[in-house]
Amino acid sequence: MPNTLTKTAAPRLKAADPYSLTSALKNGGPLVWASCLIMGLGNIAAGQFVMGLLFLAIEIGVIAFLAIPNGGFYWISMLPSLGWREQEKVFNEETFVYEYVPGDQSQLILLYGVASLCVIALFVVMWRASVRSGYKALATRKAGKRVPNIVDSVKSLFDENVHKLLMFLPTACLAVFTILPLFYMMSMAFTNYSKEGDHLVLFDWVGLKNFLAIFDSSSVIGKQFGSVLLWTLIWAFFATFLNFIFGTIVAIIINRPTIKCKGLFRGCLSMTIAVPQFVSLMVIRSMMQPEGIINRMLLNAGWISERLPFLTDATWARVLVIIVNLWVGIPYTIMSVTGILQNIPAEQYEAARIDGANPVQQFINITMPYMIFVMTPTLITTFTGNINNFNVIYLLTRGEPMYVGNSAGETDLLVTWLYKLSVDQQKYNLAAVIGIFTFVVLSVVSLITYRSSGSYKDEEGFK
Amino acid sequence: MAKKIHGGMKAKRITGDVITYIFLIAISIIWLIPFVWLVAQSFRDGKGQFISTFFPTAYTFNNYKALFTEFDVMNFPRMFLNTFGIACCTCVISTFFVLSVSYCTSRLKWKMRKPYMNMAMILNLFPGFMTMVAVYFILKALGMTEGNKIPLALIICFSSGAGTQFYVMKGFMDTIPKALDEAAAIDGCTRWQIFTRITLPLSKPMIVYQIITSFMAPWVDFIFAKVIVRTNSQYFTVSIGLWNMLEKEYVDTWFVRFCAGAVLVSIPIAILFMITQRFYQEAMSGSVKG
Repeated sequence: MPNTLTKTAAPRLKAADPYSLTSALKNGGPLVWASCLIMGLGNIAAGQFVMGLLFLAIEIGVIAFLAIPNGGFYWISMLPSLGWREQEKVFNEETFVYEYVPGDQSQLILLYGVASLCVIALFVVMWRASVRSGYKALATRKAGKRVPNIVDSVKSLFDENVHKLLMFLPTACLAVFTILPLFYMMSMAFTNYSKEGDHLVLFDWVGLKNFLAIFDSSSVIGKQFGSVLLWTLIWAFFATFLNFIFGTIVAIIINRPTIKCKGLFRGCLSMTIAVPQFVSLMVIRSMMQPEGIINRMLLNAGWISERLPFLTDATWARVLVIIVNLWVGIPYTIMSVTGILQNIPAEQYEAARIDGANPVQQFINITMPYMIFVMTPTLITTFTGNINNFNVIYLLTRGEPMYVGNSAGETDLLVTWLYKLSVDQQKYNLAAVIGIFTFVVLSVVSLITYRSSGSYKDEEGFK
Repeated sequence: MAKKIHGGMKAKRITGDVITYIFLIAISIIWLIPFVWLVAQSFRDGKGQFISTFFPTAYTFNNYKALFTEFDVMNFPRMFLNTFGIACCTCVISTFFVLSVSYCTSRLKWKMRKPYMNMAMILNLFPGFMTMVAVYFILKALGMTEGNKIPLALIICFSSGAGTQFYVMKGFMDTIPKALDEAAAIDGCTRWQIFTRITLPLSKPMIVYQIITSFMAPWVDFIFAKVIVRTNSQYFTVSIGLWNMLEKEYVDTWFVRFCAGAVLVSIPIAILFMITQRFYQEAMSGSVKG
């Protein structure tokens, strides 16, 4: 975690919290120590029966979940091996038929194992809360003050603890459907869970083998990774900067003071934002087919003698996605830069005009430096967004053209490749490695820009 | 002499204007061509994806009619209703999540506030579909990927991540003066009451923006729906339905109907989008005044 956080937050926390876990264990006395084993004991002894019983029920529930056959401990104990029993055909003596005895399913073992570990982690948090709450209740009673009962606790949920009430559901959903899947997916990167070698039912841990294979530039998959990564970076660079430059130019032109109907022009351009991308991009895809309307029109007009390979030739397809992305992206740029353009001090332009600078020189020497200065954080976010730009590629070219023997097409980005690897080709281990790699690159870039951006620092000052 | 210079500048300005207008009209046409073509195709009489003229030679309403009368291969009204139902539920849940989280991060002091915000930012960096396969496995383990539970699974997919999408709303709430909260607290309001009676009414334009944005998510999403629904055509959302109409086995008959369907879906979405823009601007200009 960031240094600044610990510096500012640590002293405040210490001062605010006399009921921390360490002080509970140090000064708590036998009842608190007993409540470390039997959760809620401290609360019950202090008269908070409902609260104490709730803690106790949680403890019993978690222990039951872990200890029952096929419960948490079973799955955790299976984690190291990920299962080995194959499905078997067994002759049933009584009914005289063969029956199938289900074998282990590594994928389920991994999922339930990771989930059980998460349950244990949550349980530790609850345990800590229960010990502290018991200690606090006992200490309050010892001091001769009134111990808050359950009604007070519920009331506090609507007042000083309202964040617990409001944050509970969103955080729980995040934990189950975002964080748990992330850990699950990341753990797949260290297995051989893949259609290759028939490891879809039973698979094993393989350590860093997948990472080595992908980063080894001499292996097949490594070469593929290299070319996809290179194209992803080229794409993100052009998609970001061409959009930025052309979007700014168009915005400046629309903003020309003597132009009327500005709203109409902006409205026409923002059609590509308003219409869902899966519609507009599939329409473009259809128009650009070898038999599509664009080729037909060009042929009819006699401008070309044979069909242009928009989607079937690698270079054509790559240029096409960048151009179509301009079509989709320029309106976004116009929306975000219009306000900023009006903030550029007019005197600068006036001075430049007096010095005899033409519009192009003004654009290069005044507008661009100013815009780049203001927009750097946005540009970097757009850059990372483009690395993750699934829609434009997948809906427009589906990553094609794809050469025989490759698992990625020529216009595939890391993310569309990841999608194909996991959904179509079922090479989950490689997909997971690529996901982790993408994430690491993106998070490094974003954390640096985010932490150096003004909004983050202002946020600190805001409180 | 002076008059001449003035006249020259005026002429220069007019040429500039004319060039600008020509340029703007040209790019507006480029921007609109695919949509004009789409609308024209949706009224085309005949089959097939490829024709030799830009505008159809014969027009008909049959493509639209077929979408609402022929159900044996693709049931467009059902897709529409599926998506509508999912969108309504998603929009309620997501909006509630976003409002809760933004209120807590913007107005309250709590220990995990900063860690939560950092975590949300990091989670937003993961490509959404990296976890998609894992989410699918989890939903499968919960028995939610078969039969009539599929819409529920989709609702969960679309709304469960809302807890990280609070930045815009939080930014807006940050601009509501804290003095209002303090005054209310002195008058004896609990934090819950401050939330429901002060913060929420003041955030109205932003809430409308949020509601519409989350309502639109299931309409425009394609990836999640495809992975969760797979081939259960009964539970198709419009985006997968339209995608399927362009698959090899259907495209010949269904291309013109795809165009009609695309027009029908795009119009409400485009209108909703324009409404969000209005409310967004209203929220942003209103917020400065406080």
